[in-house]
Amino acid sequence: MLRGDGGEAYWKRKVGKVIAKRKAAGPLYDEKAVRDVRQGVKQWERVLEAWSKGKAERKVFQTASAIPLKPLYTPADVKDLDYSETGFPGVYPYLRGVYPDMYRGRPWTMRMFSGFGTPEDTNRRLKLLLQRGETGLSIAFDMPTLYGYDCDHPKAHGEVGRCGVNVSSLKDMEAIFDGVPLDEVSTSMTINAPAAILTCMYAAVGKKSGVPPAKLRGTVQADMLKEYIAQKEWVYPPEAHLRIMRDLMVFCTKEMPLWNYISISGYHIREAGSSAIQELAFTLADGFGYVELGKEAGLKVDEFAPRLSFFFNSTMDFFEEIAKFRAARRIWATVLREKYGAKDPRSLLMRFHTQTSGASLTWQQPLNNIVRTTIEALAGVLGGTQSLHTNSFDEAWALPTEKAVEVALRTQQIIAEETGVSSVVDPLGGSYYVEWLTEQMEEEAYKYFDRIESAGGILKAITSGYLQREIAENSYRLSKRGEAGEDSVVGVNKYSVEEEEKPIETLKIDFKAQRRQIQRLKQVKKSRDSAKVRAALDKIARAYESERENSIYPMLEAVAAYGTLGEIIEVGRSAFGEWKEPILL
Amino acid sequence: MTRKPRERKKIRILVAKPGLDGHDRGVLVLARAFRDAGMEVIYSGLLPTPEQVARMAVDEDVDVVALSLLNGAHMTAFPRVKKLLEKTGGGEILVVGGGIIPEDDKPKLLKLGITGLYGPGTSLEEIIAHVKDRVRKERWKER
Repeated sequence: MLRGDGGEAYWKRKVGKVIAKRKAAGPLYDEKAVRDVRQGVKQWERVLEAWSKGKAERKVFQTASAIPLKPLYTPADVKDLDYSETGFPGVYPYLRGVYPDMYRGRPWTMRMFSGFGTPEDTNRRLKLLLQRGETGLSIAFDMPTLYGYDCDHPKAHGEVGRCGVNVSSLKDMEAIFDGVPLDEVSTSMTINAPAAILTCMYAAVGKKSGVPPAKLRGTVQADMLKEYIAQKEWVYPPEAHLRIMRDLMVFCTKEMPLWNYISISGYHIREAGSSAIQELAFTLADGFGYVELGKEAGLKVDEFAPRLSFFFNSTMDFFEEIAKFRAARRIWATVLREKYGAKDPRSLLMRFHTQTSGASLTWQQPLNNIVRTTIEALAGVLGGTQSLHTNSFDEAWALPTEKAVEVALRTQQIIAEETGVSSVVDPLGGSYYVEWLTEQMEEEAYKYFDRIESAGGILKAITSGYLQREIAENSYRLSKRGEAGEDSVVGVNKYSVEEEEKPIETLKIDFKAQRRQIQRLKQVKKSRDSAKVRAALDKIARAYESERENSIYPMLEAVAAYGTLGEIIEVGRSAFGEWKEPILL
Repeated sequence: MTRKPRERKKIRILVAKPGLDGHDRGVLVLARAFRDAGMEVIYSGLLPTPEQVARMAVDEDVDVVALSLLNGAHMTAFPRVKKLLEKTGGGEILVVGGGIIPEDDKPKLLKLGITGLYGPGTSLEEIIAHVKDRVRKERWKER
């Protein structure tokens, strides 16, 4: 899947099998019963027709991914169901959930993404969230940090602290986590190209506060494949970033066993305009790519696959989202076992984080966004997510205010504690529609895997622009549907109000953040031992030159000596060059 | 209304994201929509500096530059492109913008002649109409 070398037969066979299976009869319903249901459906269709006669012309019903929908699903649509392939929660193939008790044991982790301005601003926000009962931290970084530029770089001008916190050196990380008990929290960092550097910094902060790397819990996103596909925050060409990811995989397997060094993300693929099917297929294909990367590095699949976790989007087509989550779990378990030979149950179960969709939020009538987020969050929960971020209603306007973030967190707490949805595992399992749609999503995903493999594997599909163009076309399709009123958006193309919207109160970020960051960076550079930094940077450069050396160890040294993020990234820029995207228009 | 010959002229538009911002869903949709609306579209690709955007606009002799940023840097990047255009002989080139732009920022940008400033959820039709309108009035001097 990664390099398109030899997996084709598997995917072709798999597509054939899935299609054939869906046509065959399963053991749950006997053939006569299915025939009777079919007969019943035919009769009912006549009732439906008579009922609908003379009413306004009905629109075409389909899912957001354009899967055509019937008005009703019955046992005849899922006659192939075989409960041995559905199974039980916490048991292969995990379709119904990854843990036996799911939310009865404990609810999902409520993890709110935050970070803006200076490290001190973010530190205050983190402490506030901890105090309010949040159970996991999540940090957003600003654009210069994400692209690997220090705050004093000309390209960083005007962007420091604008949409996340700025980190230029270890000093900033120390300030972000000041007074935060690293042995008690788990921290998720949304960082990709510089993920290895931020992991090193987190380890260094831990070390200073007496928490060894082996005890640190958290996640860096570090999913570079989806950067090229969707989020587009890269520095080097794909092969170079993959090489550093490989080093990080090997390093963490040995030294930071509780660290999720990669979060394979469909979120951004979806936000970039893909369909649910594309999100499912491209994300899992990336996941298979990383399994192959780990194997290339000489690791055994059961040594590292338990640490792979996922991150999905949840948007407005309620049932399609739920079916997507369910399908994802079964595909992952099946392929890991069949194709990659994983045996450890922890390798087979797909844990994932969910975030409600930013793209579904509207600028118009912003309070409506609370409702959208609630529905999306519920889909994530019914889909069996392990953790959840709910967006704030004001995010189509600006970064969220504290008040809006609080409402978003309360939304999750209400779902968890007032609705009763967490009392029963996979409560929609067995719904004819949901089971049918789950199988449909699965079939479509396998077809995409086959197409990607035929296009030469993920890397080829990225460098040729194939995956990016697939997404751009879907996103244009969605825009046109919205424009034509085929997809309703309340407050935008329906029930919109004539008069100007009153501005809601939004968060203001002042430009002082940039000045303060630059000031701190100057201080850091003045007070550190420059020779030590230089030596560590040279070591990284040598590691990059040699395929056999692991670049993370010298990176730890560089970080601890207060080598900056930009300096470390620059070493790679000289070694590997910069990436230029293929033309997508 | 009789059709004037210059109305048949094609609008040349540069679509660009001048900064560290990979959120390209909007620009890619807009680029396609502008093209389907009959314009000649040039896309800057990702991560150009304001300098590169201004140079591209002048070199390509466009009528309009359409800027998009969702990363909060519009108050520095948009005015910078505008200023550079004026400095490098592209003062005639119209600048429109969009993205996540807080209300408070809008008057300052409008004052610099950077118009549109559309947020998420704006219809493509509205954006296209705005671009066409400005080009006809200000570049082609139609009434």
